Amino acid sequence: MIKIVKRDQPSKAIFFFTPVLAIFLTLIAGGIIFYILGFKPFEALKFFFIVPIADKYGFSELLLKATPLCLIAIGLSFCFKSNNWNIGAEGQLTFGAIVSGGVALLFYDQEGFYILPIVILAGAIGGMIYASIPAILKTYFNTNEILVSLMLVYVSKLILDYLVVGPWSNPEGFNFPETRQFSDSARLPLLFEGLRIHAGIFLALAAVIISWFVFYKTYLGFQMKVSGFSLKTAKYAGYKGKKMIILVFLISGGCAGLAGVGEITGPIGQLHREVSPDYGFTAIIVAFLGRLHPVGIIFASLVVAITYLGAETAQIFMQIPKYTGQVFQGMILFFLLASDYLLFFKFKFIGTKK
Amino acid sequence: MIVDINFVGLIIASIMASAVPLILASCGELITERSGVLNLGVEGMMIIGAISGFALMTVTGSLIIAVFGAMLAGVLISTIFAFLTQTLITNHVATGLALTIFGIGISAMIGKNFVGIPGKEFPVLFESLKDTIPLLSPILFGHSIVFYFAFALPFITSYFLKQTKIGLIVRAVGDSPESASNQGINVRLVRYACILYGGAMCGLAGAYLSMIYTPQWIENMTGGRGWIALALVVFSTWNPIKILIGAMIFGGLTIIQFHMQAIGVRIPVQFLTALPYIVTIIVLVVISRDSRKIRLSTPSSLGKSFHKDN
Repeated sequence: MIKIVKRDQPSKAIFFFTPVLAIFLTLIAGGIIFYILGFKPFEALKFFFIVPIADKYGFSELLLKATPLCLIAIGLSFCFKSNNWNIGAEGQLTFGAIVSGGVALLFYDQEGFYILPIVILAGAIGGMIYASIPAILKTYFNTNEILVSLMLVYVSKLILDYLVVGPWSNPEGFNFPETRQFSDSARLPLLFEGLRIHAGIFLALAAVIISWFVFYKTYLGFQMKVSGFSLKTAKYAGYKGKKMIILVFLISGGCAGLAGVGEITGPIGQLHREVSPDYGFTAIIVAFLGRLHPVGIIFASLVVAITYLGAETAQIFMQIPKYTGQVFQGMILFFLLASDYLLFFKFKFIGTKK
Repeated sequence: MIVDINFVGLIIASIMASAVPLILASCGELITERSGVLNLGVEGMMIIGAISGFALMTVTGSLIIAVFGAMLAGVLISTIFAFLTQTLITNHVATGLALTIFGIGISAMIGKNFVGIPGKEFPVLFESLKDTIPLLSPILFGHSIVFYFAFALPFITSYFLKQTKIGLIVRAVGDSPESASNQGINVRLVRYACILYGGAMCGLAGAYLSMIYTPQWIENMTGGRGWIALALVVFSTWNPIKILIGAMIFGGLTIIQFHMQAIGVRIPVQFLTALPYIVTIIVLVVISRDSRKIRLSTPSSLGKSFHKDN
């Protein structure tokens, strides 16, 4: 007989083991879905998870997609650790892209070393401004940050749409919904000839290192952790709750804004309607899968980035619908949350009496 | 003059029609939240309902199978949420988000073969009475059965919560699961039931969109309505009758936006499209500002897991 027993303390080993278990279960469930859809499961999984990263180009694409995911997820981990549910990173990314794109367009016919830093800074500030809206409404008007940040995603995409169709559209662009190309000085440099991976990856790595330092080596990190466990305790300890809420939203918005800069000044080089294939939403999964831990987030962003690439490859080679990627992302989160049960409970095998 | 009055009636009727999915989803979610469960997967359950309804209608040709099938699909997908949050005690917010992401992906996957297929005509009731009373006729007559059900639902929900024993149990579970449990109520069972009911209503809301409101399948066709429905529950301070008012306001915004474009008002179309989302934020701010009122009306255990040690 098997009995379920509550653990005295959440198991630390299992804390880092369950994400691996979740990925494994997702692969099995994915195979079953492929089978139902009428594809050979092993072949489909191979095209989904192995073929896309089998060569140099594929690996560069993987890093290219993992960069924004990692950057945003690092920012989100500040929010989630302190119990703030910012789910509008997609909007903060878009607004960051809008502001930095606007600045880049001001310099479209100029060259100079000073342009790129200004453009990057503008993106971070744009993301912060946009994230400050749900933060301020939460702290001073008691408004639910989940709904506000989510609504703002739709608004930001419509602002972008308005700008690229209307006032910012390329005057020589035959009415295509896109802006002028940015000048080379406003572009993040490519790291290797012929590959699309760009210097934005260093922004993500810097975010990882800084966040690790803040989480584990500063008083602020400690305060965030306490507020995450219990708001009452945090209040009792005299932490400035409102300031903290605004701060974590600003950090998270800034990171999302930087991810937006990376997209438009890296691979795209101009503003157009779709600056992000829902990186802001997918990064929520990355943050959880990485256990809100900076190093965990690096691995998680690589794993989830494969689902983007795999979806593209599987569509080309096996005509598997590209939305399978999203289905995999949802399943990873389901299985991760489900296997968290093992953190708090364990199965005890009891011999049956004969 | 009579023509004008009827035109006003038609506009009101179209506002009501666009309020239907919001009312259905909000009333479903309201019951779920009243039992203490916050299900953020409304958007995902609606889109699953939309594709299931449309696909079943196309494949079987039966509208009845399609409508009930969509509700069943809503129930099935919400079972995942119920199992995770109630049996495996997962975080409500994260699980709901996963449900939405999963739902959008699955619906697009299934819907791939249904893009561009024209829908079927859905029968309307009381069509012969359409020209009898000026102004009121277009409002009252000539709508689908789902339309009438939606406008009755807030009253039914209110009666259920206030006047029936089961309604009382649901409220007790939401306000104090510990005492409800001590009274011998199976908290987990009640919450399971409320989650599945919410799923059925969201499925119906989605089916209304893809089968009646705009009879076709378009990827992501719920377009944030699920999130607005969630906001409406907060707006209503968990009172079903107020959902009706809120849904009419949002329906009105959607319809006015179309008419302003038609008259040629020189406001960018993107701004008009953004209006419902911006108004949602403003309304949430106005409602939530009074934190005491919100605290009094929110189900006390909303979003908190309950686990009875055995």
